[in-house]
Amino acid sequence: VALLDIARGPALWASLAMCFVGIAWRLWGILRRPVKPDWSMPRSTATTAGALRMIVRRMWHHETFRERTLLSSVNAYAYHIGLAVVFFGFLPHIGFIRRLTGLSWPAVPGWLFIVAVGAVFVGLGWVLIARLSNPVLKLLSNFDDYFSWVVTILPMVTGMAVISLALDQPYPAQPLNPVPVAIHLLSLELLLVWLPFGKLSHAFLVFVSRGYTGAAFARKGAEL
Amino acid sequence: VSDIDAQHPVDLESKRFSIRKPAVRCDKQGEQPDAERLQAAMQAFVKDMGRAAAVYMESCIHCGNCAEACHFYVQTGDPKYTPIWKLEPFKQAYKREAGPFAWLYRALNLKHPVTVGELEEWQSLLYDSCTVCGRCTMICPMGIDIASLISQARHGMFAAGLVPHELWAVAERAEREGSPLGATPKVLKERVEWLADDYEVEVPLDRAEAEVLVTFSSIEIMKYPESLVATAKILNHAGYAWTLSTKGYEATNFGLLSGNAAWQRDMTMKLIDAAVACKAKVLVLPECGHAYTGLRWMGANIYGKPLPFRVLHISEFLAENVQNGRIKVKQVPKSLTFHDPCQVSRRGGAVGAPRVVLQALGVELRETRDHGSLNWCCGGGGGVVTIHRADELRYRAFEIKMKQLDATGAELTVTSCANCRQTFDDGQAHFKWGRTMGSLLELVAENLQG
Repeated sequence: VALLDIARGPALWASLAMCFVGIAWRLWGILRRPVKPDWSMPRSTATTAGALRMIVRRMWHHETFRERTLLSSVNAYAYHIGLAVVFFGFLPHIGFIRRLTGLSWPAVPGWLFIVAVGAVFVGLGWVLIARLSNPVLKLLSNFDDYFSWVVTILPMVTGMAVISLALDQPYPAQPLNPVPVAIHLLSLELLLVWLPFGKLSHAFLVFVSRGYTGAAFARKGAEL
Repeated sequence: VSDIDAQHPVDLESKRFSIRKPAVRCDKQGEQPDAERLQAAMQAFVKDMGRAAAVYMESCIHCGNCAEACHFYVQTGDPKYTPIWKLEPFKQAYKREAGPFAWLYRALNLKHPVTVGELEEWQSLLYDSCTVCGRCTMICPMGIDIASLISQARHGMFAAGLVPHELWAVAERAEREGSPLGATPKVLKERVEWLADDYEVEVPLDRAEAEVLVTFSSIEIMKYPESLVATAKILNHAGYAWTLSTKGYEATNFGLLSGNAAWQRDMTMKLIDAAVACKAKVLVLPECGHAYTGLRWMGANIYGKPLPFRVLHISEFLAENVQNGRIKVKQVPKSLTFHDPCQVSRRGGAVGAPRVVLQALGVELRETRDHGSLNWCCGGGGGVVTIHRADELRYRAFEIKMKQLDATGAELTVTSCANCRQTFDDGQAHFKWGRTMGSLLELVAENLQG
């Protein structure tokens, strides 16, 4: 119980604090960089619209790249959506969020949860195989890529170990096996701690990066 | 000066203009020690690091998609041509020296300091195998504008004295003589006199005041002088008060391509000063891709305030005047395919202009499978066409273009970039290809009414 108390208490708050402070630090480190005024005559002044359009447009590849990127795009969507369904749709997770924030919503059906779990494991498995076997990915990959993979799949693996009741049943506030639950929670906290430092930060940088290019290209009247 | 000219003689005999193939390459300029080179490279790279570049440096997720958009990777399958990999030393340097967690990287030595040896190794990736075409930007799921980072990395490379022999030589000549290919003011005057006589066309030079200032690429002046004639015919036909200026006529900017910001500024300011001096309302850029980036999108920022005149690529000028009726053209009953210059179309936003002109000409436009903003580069942009050791790789990239153009079955093939055109001429000779790349400008001039 002591370990669970730590995981639910100080470790959780510390990891959340590190996550938010880390994100803020990283964004500040980028945004404090100078921006030179652009004196060129714009073709369009709708740069905010351009930024927003780019954020949406780049959610799917241009048709011409389909042959080469379709599988990786579909896979990326599969495990990203899978992760979202697992985290936000599983009843015990909703209970966890409710305890933290007071917010709650209906859980997804059990079958959808199972599909989502499958999509995450298959998808992340594929990602790792591709990273280890594709010459381009092998060349680009570094510690960040592999460690980010580990901290992403770890909560899934530890989560599997604590599923002990029917998927649509509410779990008791004090679990029967507190140590595996504590480990599961600690693995999530590891992810939170790592998120601002490594490539998992694409969760927020994706909007900044796409937005900048979208605004710049819109100004020039270039296609996004 | 004569020593430099003797060491790097301009080659105006081959299909593409550059300096002659050096017997002994000199890809490292200056005598400074490695530590100084490194410091200069890092300072130049980090000094220019604005917010957008920092965002891009932080955002790569190592998905490798950019490789699939790069002609050099697609044609060779060699992972080192993955666009984002071409920036690897600079990414490392950024993380270690300038990123939000730089202190952590340094304290724990998570990224080793970049060495001059690494920069030398990366020289061919940053110059020979990147045309700065920006196709990788179109595929990146994070929207990273990799091409802009390559240009910035080239600043670092130039500061370190690590520019490919030929590119450095033409850039140095451009700074010293005003033209990378020997199109000095004297040569320009001689050419103008010769062309005016031979083609019986009026070419105003150094008028005190003019509504339109016309500029050229040295490739046009030296290799395609018909472009000068075509421009003159069109401007005269449209009834503009226009001029050429010996003070600012060279639109190519090898300061931009090689990575020397000071030289880029000098070359840009010549054009701006010439336009201001003759009170031009419009400065027309020639059929040249990077000239458009250099002046249309970067010129005012070098000037430090909005330019007191409009800057138009020649294809935009033609489109505008076809639409307002000042240029009247005959119909051309032929099928035609158009090669989009990357810097004008994808990166410049002027995809529509040439198509307006082609529509007015009444041609049957047959687009390549990938066209407009998603076109494949000819392989010669970004200064690559000047570098002899890059030839074989460039030809591999060119094969994509040949296949796509052939697949259209069009009778005519035209573009609006003289650098693309000379790359096509060179590729045509190399592959004994049946197509000859033409010029949109010349096509219009040949089909003026009246």
